[in-house]
Amino acid sequence: MDHSTDDALMTTVKERRKPPSALDAECALVAALRAGDEDAFLTLTRRHEGPMLRVARTYVSSHATAEDVVQDTWLAVLRGVDRFDGRSSLKTWLYRILINRAKTAGQRDRRGVPDPPFAPQGLDGSEPSVGAERFYDVSHPQWAGHWKQPPTPWECTVEDRLVTSEVMGVIGAAITDLPPAQRLVVTLRDVECWTAQEVCGALGLSETNQRVILHRGRSKVRQRLESYHRSIDGGEREGPRRPGMPGAGRTGH
Amino acid sequence: MRAPDDLACQELVELVTDYLEDVLSADDRARFDRHLATCPHCRTYLDEMRLTIELTGRLAEDDLPPESRDALLDAFRTWKATEEEQSRNR
Repeated sequence: MDHSTDDALMTTVKERRKPPSALDAECALVAALRAGDEDAFLTLTRRHEGPMLRVARTYVSSHATAEDVVQDTWLAVLRGVDRFDGRSSLKTWLYRILINRAKTAGQRDRRGVPDPPFAPQGLDGSEPSVGAERFYDVSHPQWAGHWKQPPTPWECTVEDRLVTSEVMGVIGAAITDLPPAQRLVVTLRDVECWTAQEVCGALGLSETNQRVILHRGRSKVRQRLESYHRSIDGGEREGPRRPGMPGAGRTGH
Repeated sequence: MRAPDDLACQELVELVTDYLEDVLSADDRARFDRHLATCPHCRTYLDEMRLTIELTGRLAEDDLPPESRDALLDAFRTWKATEEEQSRNR
């Protein structure tokens, strides 16, 4: 088929063009760093200091400790840059060093109590995205598993495009309250916009586990936003769709 | 009427990330889309998950104060000086 040939060609062209330029820039940056180029160091730290602090903060209990961890990481990077072999991306390498250090610091924070194994922590069996009480249960003859208390649109945020610092505060607090694995994966994927592949590489997670952890974390953040919107959208606006109204799950079926 | 392999809302909410990451099988994706087409509540739910993700991304915008930059630069200069000394002695 002509199309598939075209597609294959386009893919080759894209592959030839895109990744190498990013890779070249990275090689140049590493070379400059090895040569002791101060600008290269500043470029790298500026690009990563915010993300690194946020990631470190998911392991340790204070901002000051997170700053120490980041500082410490840069020193390790400088000491190790001669041994960086380019097999992983610079970013992956950087965050592996950071995460190792942040973990150690986090354990010190909690007086040496080691973390429980990483994946089980994020994958604890009984964590529905939405509480079971909000759906009709299996005994319902017609609507088993369908919404009993459906979500209501977040009028003030969606319609008025009004994203207040209060809303951002709710999200920040929701992320802080997540279990560590979920906090870290949500921070990397949804705050820092890493790809799934990058997160799996840096944290040693399978793609499936990464997705499950991400989903659980996101679902909880949504839940917190929902509670927040309920508390302010309330009153007559919500009237016709008040959750729990008989037949609320029936619309559209 | 519900067909036997139709998704229930309670199942759909567990598949949202798989749906957004496009890792559902073609069959499951079709079931997901079919459910959405008839269920405004699940459309609302999906919209809210999308909005949650979008808003979470905005957390990256608040820039952190560059307090530690000077300290980092000092560390860099120290490292460089040590390196240079070492290569002179080699």
